[in-house]
Amino acid sequence: MQNRRSTMPHEPEFPAAARGNTVVALPIPPPPSSGPFNHLSDEALVALVARGDDDALAALYDRFSRVAYGLALRILRDRALAEDAVQEAFLAVWRTADRFLIERAKPSTWILTLVHRRSVDLVRREERRRADPIEVAPHESGAETADEVEVRAERRIVQHALTRLPADQREALELAYYGGLTQTELAERLGQPLGTIKSRMFTGLRRLRELLAEEGFEAELSRR
Amino acid sequence: MNVSDLHDLVAAHALDALELRERELFERHLVTCDRCRGELETLQEAASALAFDVEGPTPPPELRARLLARVREQQPASVVPLARRRWAVPAAAALAAAAAAGAVGLGIWGLSLSRSLESEQSARRAEARALEIVSDPAATRYPLRGADGAIVVTPARAAALVVSRLAAAPSGKTYELWVDRGDAPRPAGLFRGGGDRTIVALERPVPAGALVSVSLERAGGVDRLTGPLLFGARAA
Repeated sequence: MQNRRSTMPHEPEFPAAARGNTVVALPIPPPPSSGPFNHLSDEALVALVARGDDDALAALYDRFSRVAYGLALRILRDRALAEDAVQEAFLAVWRTADRFLIERAKPSTWILTLVHRRSVDLVRREERRRADPIEVAPHESGAETADEVEVRAERRIVQHALTRLPADQREALELAYYGGLTQTELAERLGQPLGTIKSRMFTGLRRLRELLAEEGFEAELSRR
Repeated sequence: MNVSDLHDLVAAHALDALELRERELFERHLVTCDRCRGELETLQEAASALAFDVEGPTPPPELRARLLARVREQQPASVVPLARRRWAVPAAAALAAAAAAGAVGLGIWGLSLSRSLESEQSARRAEARALEIVSDPAATRYPLRGADGAIVVTPARAAALVVSRLAAAPSGKTYELWVDRGDAPRPAGLFRGGGDRTIVALERPVPAGALVSVSLERAGGVDRLTGPLLFGARAA
């Protein structure tokens, strides 16, 4: 390895780099070591995570873990499995944040989609779906954090939007999303043709989106 | 399944209500269907709002501690701490992380990056291969000229490029690796760059004395070098 330049003939000079016409090595300032992340948007946190800032990942976890865990638990009905699903989803966030960065999707959509996907895959693998629901105590711990207060505000909006959906659409969405049922299982369960189920899901999601927009749903848990 | 049937799967995919087989078909379809990709983004946002309707207990504090311990023991693949412990990357942990990310593979998010699910998956395999190479204790490291990083070559002549702070290739462009054994540069793989650190396995072996270099080419890559060489290293 020593004196490679003198021993190797025809060594190229990498002219683009030498000219300073460089597309490489853009200096990236080091991330702040830790500290208050509260003022940062979800997007900013994801950007820090993409640069390997584990404190930013912790902050993102603190923002979304309660929603994520609630969702996983609702689908999986098993605490250990729900913990697995949440952990794997956040590890995926950690590992793939740099790829996500170039997208314009909301971090909350991305994170919760990861949690949901992982939970649904686990529940199908475990075939626990038809087990009796476990009772989940809604509030086990004392004071609500500011994030939890915000989650509660978002929850009210979603709940209200759901009440404005036609009942058959709402039923299809809830069975699919919280129950982890496939569309084929859904058709069987509801005794409807597959085409009907597909159109209920499609129309239902579209309508839900409109309703959420009307009600100012943001799913952005950073400080506003 | 014909194309109009595939269009019909978008809401079910947003709700994760497809069988695995259908999911694969649909994700493949997404690669070529702008309409479905756009639709999916919209519907996925509405679907994930449903998560906020769930009222559950606070996750146990051990979960947070466990997650952060795992995170801290395995830097993301793009920032494997090469400088800290020379090539002593815990390969098993890194590979486990790669597998975990693959298992919850992103629907749309991986796509626009690599333009196809197939290349995304092969990119993950290449990444796993690259991690194996850089974590091989018998591998030799040849520092790059023109950029901050190295070419790592195993005794079996498998090679990986590691480069720091490489800006992502501009849209419509890709980085392309070349191995020149003295006759002509031969293509050895494409990558995108971006992030703190890029690690990519070369698709061809690097014999002693060969020059490994990188150029910027049009997306999809080229068979013959057209762009200027940006950086590289010669393997001994």
